[in-house]
Amino acid sequence: MSYHWNWGIFFEPNPMGTGTYLDMLLSGLVLTLKTAALAWVIALIFGSVVGVMRTLPSKAATWFGFCWVEFFRNMPLLVQLFLWYFVLPELLPRSAGLWLKQLPNAPFWTAAIGVGFFMSARVAIQLQAGIGSLPRGQRMAATALGLTTVQGYRYVLLPMAFRIILPPLTSEFLNTIKNTAVAITIGLVELTGQARSMQEFSFQVFEAFTAATILYLLVNAVVVTAMRFLERYVAIPGYITGK
Amino acid sequence: MFANLDFDVIRRALPYLFYEGMTFTLTLTGLAALGGLIFGTAIALMRLSGFKILGRIAGVYVDFMRSLPLVLVIFWFYFLVPYIGQWLTGASRPISVGAFASSLITFIMFEAAYFSEIMRAGIQSISRGQPAAANALGLTYAQTMRYVVLPQAFRNMLPVLITQTIVLFQDTSLVYVLSITDFLGAASKVAQRDGRLVEMYLFAAVVYFTISSIASFGVRRLQARIAIIR
Repeated sequence: MSYHWNWGIFFEPNPMGTGTYLDMLLSGLVLTLKTAALAWVIALIFGSVVGVMRTLPSKAATWFGFCWVEFFRNMPLLVQLFLWYFVLPELLPRSAGLWLKQLPNAPFWTAAIGVGFFMSARVAIQLQAGIGSLPRGQRMAATALGLTTVQGYRYVLLPMAFRIILPPLTSEFLNTIKNTAVAITIGLVELTGQARSMQEFSFQVFEAFTAATILYLLVNAVVVTAMRFLERYVAIPGYITGK
Repeated sequence: MFANLDFDVIRRALPYLFYEGMTFTLTLTGLAALGGLIFGTAIALMRLSGFKILGRIAGVYVDFMRSLPLVLVIFWFYFLVPYIGQWLTGASRPISVGAFASSLITFIMFEAAYFSEIMRAGIQSISRGQPAAANALGLTYAQTMRYVVLPQAFRNMLPVLITQTIVLFQDTSLVYVLSITDFLGAASKVAQRDGRLVEMYLFAAVVYFTISSIASFGVRRLQARIAIIR
C-alpha cells in the first residue's frame, strides 16, 4: 500500500462550500496573520511597558516586571491558552463569564490575547537587555539635561534600545506567527488547522501539510526581508548597523 | 470566586496525573533533550566543517525547522514516520509507530535545530588557539573535538542548554494535539471526564509553573557560579 499523490486536490472544491481547498488554506493563512498581528501589538505594548519597568530605579516596578515575566514564561503556551479560554470565564462573576463565553470569535480573541501576553514576557526581556546595553552615560546625560524620567526614556533610551533589539525582535515576531498554531487546540482554524481539516476531508495528508509548510516559509521570508529593510531604514550612521 | 471549586478531584487524580502523565512528559523531555543535543552537535559540526555542501545542508535544515510551528511539525512526523518506517524496513504497508516513538522522533528532530545553534555558538566561543594547539600536539580532528573543543563548548553553553530544555519541557505539552496522555493530556482527560476543567487546568498550570520556575532559578545560580569560575 503506497501513498496516492494528488496535487490537483488544491483546485477541487472543499466540502465546506467555500471554494477550493486552496481557498481554505489561504483563509487559514489570513487568520494566522490576523491573529499574529493583534498578538504582536499586545506583546509590543505590554512587553515595552514591562521591559521599561524592569529597568526603572523603583523596587516595586522591578519586582512587578520580574513577576510578569516569570508568570508568562514558566507556563506552556498551551496551558496559558486553556487558562484564558476555559478557566477565566468560570472565575469571573457570572454575568461577565457568560458574556465572555458568548463572545463571537472567542477563539480568535483568546488566541490573540494569550499569545500576546505570552510573547510580551519575551519582548520585555529583549527590551530590558537593549536598555541595559546602552552606556550608563546616556541615562545620566538625559538627567543632566533636565529631562524627566519619562522624557529620558522617550527621547534618549528607547529610540536607541529599540533599534538595538530589532534583530531579536524580528525572531520574536516570527515566533508569534508560529505560536498562533497552538491555538488550534482552542478551535482557532488558522493555517495549521486548515491543513489539518483538509487532511481529514480529503485524506491527502502530505499535500495539505506541504502547502501549509510552503506558506509558512513564504511568510517567514517576507517578514525577514521586510525587517531587514526596516533595520536599514532606522539605522543610525556610525552606530552598530549604521552606514 | 473559588467557592464552588472541588479540589478533591485533583487529589483523586494525582496517581494518574503523575504516574502516567508526568512520567511520559519527563521521559519525553529527557530523551528528546539528549537526542536533540547529540543531533544538534552533529549539525553544528557539519555547519562549522570545511565542507561547503555539508554546511549548506545543515543550514537549510536548521532554518527550515525554525520557520515552522511545532504543532505543524508534530502533525508532519505523526503522518510521515509510518511511511519512513515502511521505506526503511521495506515493509509492504506503512508501519505503525506508537504515540511515544512518534513524538520522540518529532521532538528530537525539531529540537536538534535549536540545540545546534546553541552548540555552534559554544564551539565558536572557544579561542582559535586551542584547536591549533591540539593540532600541533598531533590530535586528529575527532580527538580535538572530543577532548578539547566540545567539553568546553558544552560547559560554556550549559545554562543555555538547560534553558532550552525547560522550553522543551513546556513544549512537550503540545503532544496534546495527538491526544497523547502526557501530563497536560492526563489533566485534560480527567477534566473532561469529571467536568472539572477549572480545577484541573489550574492545577496543571501550577505544576508546570513550579517545575519551570525551580529549574530556571537553578539555571540562574549555575550561571552565577560559572561566571565566577571564568
